[in-house]
Amino acid sequence: MPIRETDSQKIWQRRTGRESLSHWAMWLVGLMIFAYCWQQISQATTWFFVWDAPRIANDIWTRATPPKWDYIAQLGEPIWDTLNIATLGTIIALFLAVPIAFFAARNTTPSALFVRPIALLIIVSTRSINSLIWALLLIAIIGPGVFAGVIAIAIRSIGFCAKLLYEAIEEIDEVQVEAMTATGASRWQVMAYGIVPQIMPAFAGIAVFRWDINIRESTVLGLVGAGGIGLQLSASLNVLAWPQVSLILLVILAAVVISEWVSAKVRGAII
Amino acid sequence: MNASASELEMRLGKPWKKPPFIQRTWLRWTLILGFFAYLIAAFMTIEVDWARVYVGLERGKQFVLAFTSPDFTTRSSDIYSGMLESIIMTVAASVVGIIISIPIALGAARNVAPLPIYLICRGIIAISRALQEIIVAILLVAIFGFGPLAGFLTLSFATIGFLSKLLAEDIESMDKVQAEAIRASGARWTQWINYGVQPQVMPRLIGLSIYRVDINFRESAILGLVGAGGIGATLNTAFDRYEYDTAAAILIMIIVIVMALEYISGIIRARVQ
Repeated sequence: MPIRETDSQKIWQRRTGRESLSHWAMWLVGLMIFAYCWQQISQATTWFFVWDAPRIANDIWTRATPPKWDYIAQLGEPIWDTLNIATLGTIIALFLAVPIAFFAARNTTPSALFVRPIALLIIVSTRSINSLIWALLLIAIIGPGVFAGVIAIAIRSIGFCAKLLYEAIEEIDEVQVEAMTATGASRWQVMAYGIVPQIMPAFAGIAVFRWDINIRESTVLGLVGAGGIGLQLSASLNVLAWPQVSLILLVILAAVVISEWVSAKVRGAII
Repeated sequence: MNASASELEMRLGKPWKKPPFIQRTWLRWTLILGFFAYLIAAFMTIEVDWARVYVGLERGKQFVLAFTSPDFTTRSSDIYSGMLESIIMTVAASVVGIIISIPIALGAARNVAPLPIYLICRGIIAISRALQEIIVAILLVAIFGFGPLAGFLTLSFATIGFLSKLLAEDIESMDKVQAEAIRASGARWTQWINYGVQPQVMPRLIGLSIYRVDINFRESAILGLVGAGGIGATLNTAFDRYEYDTAAAILIMIIVIVMALEYISGIIRARVQ
């Protein structure tokens, strides 16, 4: 912390002159980048529509209220499909994520040089691509429907589950594993009694957490044709049936809130 | 003494068994059976058209092969403009979202804000978190028209819910003593926040912001599916035309950028903490 002296009065400063100069330069560059970005967005925008936005929003609101309540009878099956996509997708993902997590964890991987990088690549690539994109891809391959949705959710979740699980495996207490090994346990016995019980709570927590996220994601998969309540949403949007849209949005909101509540309760019971 | 000895006799020679997770037998079996019944019911509802899958497998093979020869050149101008738009949306939305979410986070921390403000800010966070990006994007596209502005607004809105919630939790769990010391020296409210609270939560704010930039970029890749700008539109077109080599090129670029962001964020977070 430099102290500057002017007229025999000491003034405390946080930075030296050079430091504060570079600090301001950094802010200036940041501001310029932001200004450029904003300019680009503004160029690509039809401002006429934006000025008209309050009127359009008001218009949509008056069309969308009240929601068409009797349409709810047709939403039973889609919501059941959504639940199935999320649950089955999560289960398949967990089955695939467990071996990948063991391959990726530094202390259990068979080969840190060859197997671990591949496992890490699978984790990153499945995680960085959104489930909607996976769904697009799978629909091209296996056709539209619930099945594509299940597989899309499963692939998307592998990376997330495997990442959290392998971090849990790397954090286990090695002493217990050593104790198991010292009693003469085989490799699989060490795995079953030394490692698995230690990561079981983490595993259960991850499973429920991901299920909750998957309920959210599976509600919109139908937008690209992969089953669930999103199909109804896109169908209603296409014909501009706003009262149906508002009801579907309410149902999705309720599903998300309920699944969050369930997952919080279950995680509270496990951990 | 005698009883326990006979119990020991009884147990000798029996292998040890792990105690079950749920103690009550009937409850355990009901849960297990119920779960399997649900699984079977769920499996029954999935209709798989195996003939369609068989036809599709050929396309799947082509797609996997496309990853070995991604085509960056044929649609290079589309890919370039889409990627640039995604990045621009990400940067602008992250900046605006972070700036807005700081006051909301202060408002949503019970130890800083009075009750009415606390409730309003928590309400904003709850709404932003409950609505998914893609649904918000659909509504905003309907209101503001097609283009990156809708995507920018969507991402900013989603950033607020994420960042404010986690930052507010960090502010709530901060060390009170330091903040009190500043207050005791006669600081105004703004000075109290600036010197008592801010230094404590700054590393967390930086870490969360970088993480959110990462999420925003990933999300910006799908907003194009509903017309809200970014690379998603190009990707969708590539899938529709079965141009898998172009799609593979775009996916590879997304993965590489996400990996780079993750790597950079790791370095920055390590330096901040």
